Amino acid sequence: MDMNIPYTVEERPDSGLTNGKLGIWLFLASEVMLFGALFSTYIILRMGAPEWPHGELNVPLGTINTIILIGSSMTMVMAWASLKMHDWSKHRLYLIATVVLALVFLVNKYFEYAAHFASGELPAKSTFLAIYFTLTGLHGLHILGGIAVMGYFIGPGAKLYRKNPEQFTNRIEYTGLYWHFVDLVWIFLFPVLYLL
Amino acid sequence: MHSDPESIRKSVRSYIAVFVLLMIFTVITVAVSRFHFGVPIAITVALIIASIKGSMVATVFMHLSYERKWIYGALILTGLGFLILMSVPSFTMMDHIGTPIHVEAPASAHGGH
Repeated sequence: MDMNIPYTVEERPDSGLTNGKLGIWLFLASEVMLFGALFSTYIILRMGAPEWPHGELNVPLGTINTIILIGSSMTMVMAWASLKMHDWSKHRLYLIATVVLALVFLVNKYFEYAAHFASGELPAKSTFLAIYFTLTGLHGLHILGGIAVMGYFIGPGAKLYRKNPEQFTNRIEYTGLYWHFVDLVWIFLFPVLYLL
Repeated sequence: MHSDPESIRKSVRSYIAVFVLLMIFTVITVAVSRFHFGVPIAITVALIIASIKGSMVATVFMHLSYERKWIYGALILTGLGFLILMSVPSFTMMDHIGTPIHVEAPASAHGGH
């Protein structure tokens, strides 16, 4: 008996989508609400605060991390496009580059956090630091999640390509959708926390 | 949907264009923040630039410029939910139950933090 997961490659007649595509978008919709709630919290905290610190964060490091994440979105979309162009070795190269960029982002974040901790700037010190660590910490967890998924497709998940290249290509597309979303969140986090 | 290698090659050109634009906008955001406008202007400018960048990522990298209507439907609902979340702060500010409204605090009391 054929026990394949339905609609991984062919589109469902009613939705016109693969199940995975609809699934990842619904997940991203829930993610919008998760980060939206925290952005809303940020607005309440900031409006209610008698004063708000300016220039507390390392803007050059934040800018570099912004550039790194945008670069990783570029390599991610190229990892998918390479599969569409049937270039396996380029796909590997771009996917590994995406993970490396994600790791560099986290290393920078580690140095930033370490500098805060060293000067006693813990979440409990101020409202600004509390929401800063909450937002960037949650975003950092999303980076970790992305690294785990991409690591799977570089490692054991890669053998699906030989069995069903189209299904594998779609999985990389969904991973990319998630990854671009994580980049998109940072595009808003960076000015809100570092520059304003 | 585009699937043939030739149309993918065309999309790659738009990915590179968006990548370059995102870099330029990042530099602009940081440069503008050095001018020290008043807070309302600074927030407006920064959020407009971030929204432009965000919509470029969504339409090109996330392929929203050509997607099925179920995805658009889900996103319209998400947008509505997001708007409600963003208006929660103003509801909070309008809610004066338990908050003294017209308290004339002495001027010296403000610097006490």
